Amino acid sequence: MTQAEAEKSWLSGNEAIARGAWEAGVTVAAGYPGTPSTEILENLSKYDQVYCEWAPNEKVALEVAVGASFAGARVLATMKHVGVNVAADPLFTAAYTGGRGGLVIITADDPEMHSSQNEQDNRNYAFAAKLPMLEPSDPSEVIPMLAHAFALSEKMDTPVFFRTTTRVAHVKGQVATGARKTGPVEIKLEKMPAKFVMLPGNARIRRQAIAERWPPLIDFAENYSGNRIEWGDRKRGIITGGISYLYVKEAFPEISVLKLGMTWPLPEKMIRYFADQVDELIIVEELDPFLETHIKAMGIKCTGKEMIPAMGELNSFIVKKSLGGDTGEVFPPVELPPRPPNMCAGCPHRGLFYSLSKAKVFVSGDIGCYTLGFLPPLSAMDSCVCMGASIGVAHGLNKALGEESRGKTVAVIGDSTFIHSGITGLVNTVYNKGFSTVIILDNRITAMTGHQQNPASGATLMGEPANAINFSELARAVGVKHVTTINPHRINESRKIIKEELDRPETSVIISRAPCVLLPSERNRIKIPLNTDKEKCTGCSACVQLGCPAIRWYPLTPEEAKAMGKKEKQKGYAEIAAEMCVGCGQCLEVCKFEAITPVEDK
Amino acid sequence: MKASGNILFCGVGGQGILLASEITAFALLESGLDAKKSEVHGMAQRGGSVVAHLRYGEKVYSPLIDPGRADFAVSFEIMEAARYLPFLHKESKVIVNTQQIAPPAVATGKMTYPANLLDELRNKGITVFDIDAFALAREVGEIRTANIALVGALSSFLPVAEEVFISVLKTRIPRKLEENLQAFKQGREITSKAA
Repeated sequence: MTQAEAEKSWLSGNEAIARGAWEAGVTVAAGYPGTPSTEILENLSKYDQVYCEWAPNEKVALEVAVGASFAGARVLATMKHVGVNVAADPLFTAAYTGGRGGLVIITADDPEMHSSQNEQDNRNYAFAAKLPMLEPSDPSEVIPMLAHAFALSEKMDTPVFFRTTTRVAHVKGQVATGARKTGPVEIKLEKMPAKFVMLPGNARIRRQAIAERWPPLIDFAENYSGNRIEWGDRKRGIITGGISYLYVKEAFPEISVLKLGMTWPLPEKMIRYFADQVDELIIVEELDPFLETHIKAMGIKCTGKEMIPAMGELNSFIVKKSLGGDTGEVFPPVELPPRPPNMCAGCPHRGLFYSLSKAKVFVSGDIGCYTLGFLPPLSAMDSCVCMGASIGVAHGLNKALGEESRGKTVAVIGDSTFIHSGITGLVNTVYNKGFSTVIILDNRITAMTGHQQNPASGATLMGEPANAINFSELARAVGVKHVTTINPHRINESRKIIKEELDRPETSVIISRAPCVLLPSERNRIKIPLNTDKEKCTGCSACVQLGCPAIRWYPLTPEEAKAMGKKEKQKGYAEIAAEMCVGCGQCLEVCKFEAITPVEDK
Repeated sequence: MKASGNILFCGVGGQGILLASEITAFALLESGLDAKKSEVHGMAQRGGSVVAHLRYGEKVYSPLIDPGRADFAVSFEIMEAARYLPFLHKESKVIVNTQQIAPPAVATGKMTYPANLLDELRNKGITVFDIDAFALAREVGEIRTANIALVGALSSFLPVAEEVFISVLKTRIPRKLEENLQAFKQGREITSKAA
């Protein structure tokens, strides 16, 4: 994609960020996958003249970005909201150092927690780290705003936050695209120790630099084209930004609006002027009362969270209803069986969680597709806090409970999550003489976010072959003496090995290895589906307890059971949908009646 | 035909909902309208209930359809059509693929798949077109055209000329084009008299 005509494209917010970064002359980009940010680097890596990489976690990604900025490159770091927690250490100090080339950090927040463990509002990070923040409302605003962000970063010598939310990142709209420009800074190695070495003596001076850049930043905000007043009826005036702006325009097209494209620092004069012109000032924002708190701190009278919910996503319906608009009649929902997400047919995680459900242990879980092991019928996850937490949590349980918890706890963690922030947990468990069993679910890919490469998968984001971490060697190197590899589809053998390892008085690691069924190599593999022999099925429901989407239970009345030649008390039978079955063999392992067999070749 | 409207696409992760909504969006844009589409990626895609909102008009602000404001729904599965009832209104037109996919609670025998779900919609005055899109797709010789058949059924109600849809299909669907065009036309025929 080297051609760049000014034309309208149909792009998602994330595709627009990739395009905008390319147009702004970005030459380096780093991130860690996380919904709703993942597609940015996936798309940017397809453009020429930009080097993109998946880092093992967000902290490393930001450090790479800081280094590239020191070299003078325009650089993009991408992460989801909770990823910024991981990157917070370099983040707060990068505000002191600034850089040379423009550094923009994407924080992709997830109000409503569509695919996240919390819904923190990362505008608070802009305040806490003393960084400016820009926020587009839809894909059409992204490209120009990203260009402003890079220019601002260089002009003010500061990293700049660029915040999206799910309804910006994953919304598609019409976007005007343009040509690629080159960053203004020469890319070269330059030593600037007073700026780059944050020893206390230097850091105190750089702290002063932040204070000195603040008034010009506020001046910028006062004059920034992304902050604008749209006059309408002046009885009520609304201050809003990001996606909330669109909900306000949809709900109350006639009201006066101050739209903030820059949500930190705030243009106090502009806000005061707007407040003076309207009878009643209302702040409409998703999640925390961020604008409201800071506007109230200016001594300006306004209302906000008394009416607008501080939890979950907003939409124009909620905005309208909260502010007393007419929302009309809405049909009540129909009571229906829920349809939560489920692991795929043939998913290797299912076999492992079935084994764990039989082991009667406390499963300290982690973040990935395998978190779905929590759901019935497997119900085999007892905690899940954040990326990498499984190992530390299991160790903490053991230390609190003492010897009696031996054999009763296990940590489960995916391959990419283990690399992200599980390795240090394992080092800790060995070092502090813990006796946890840690199971690494190695499916050869970062699956949940849609198959990103990682340091154990053998390829890079740019599609080049790469080193693949050997988990056994790594575990041994940090001092784990007992490392076993199992095939999670072979449930009976796995259960035996898990029991042995749980009983050990010291740390052990089990690598549960089988590829994700959605990998192209697996999709293209010739599969022999399995079939249930209705004659032999006794209705024990062992296979149904796997929760495989290809297996369905058919209930029988006593009469129906009798008519089928079965005992009257048989409550039903199970059947496998051949078109969904990939022949993983897990159900064959758990069937004690030889009722499940591979479909014969025709 | 109204030049603005809201279309809800719903079904089960992996059914081809995103392609159907994408084709529809392109056809609306080609007709000179503004459009926005909202999708959810990530965890929800793993066999769960999936929804995409597509809004069109002269100028579209919010990417989300408000409850009670979906003019059209295209559901790839029966139960999912009922799940999104609060988004519909009395004049809504709903196109439903008559496939039933058992959610986990049904597949494991804990709950039963509710009967007569589409009557819940019809009783509210909503117009429902139930279409066996798989049968139609098999007829044209390519099972993977079921989603395009549903787009065809939807197309009768949109301010988009049939030729525009056909040209979008030609540029966006590289393989099995003839089968897809056939599926589109057959789907369109089912609803054309009602439009």
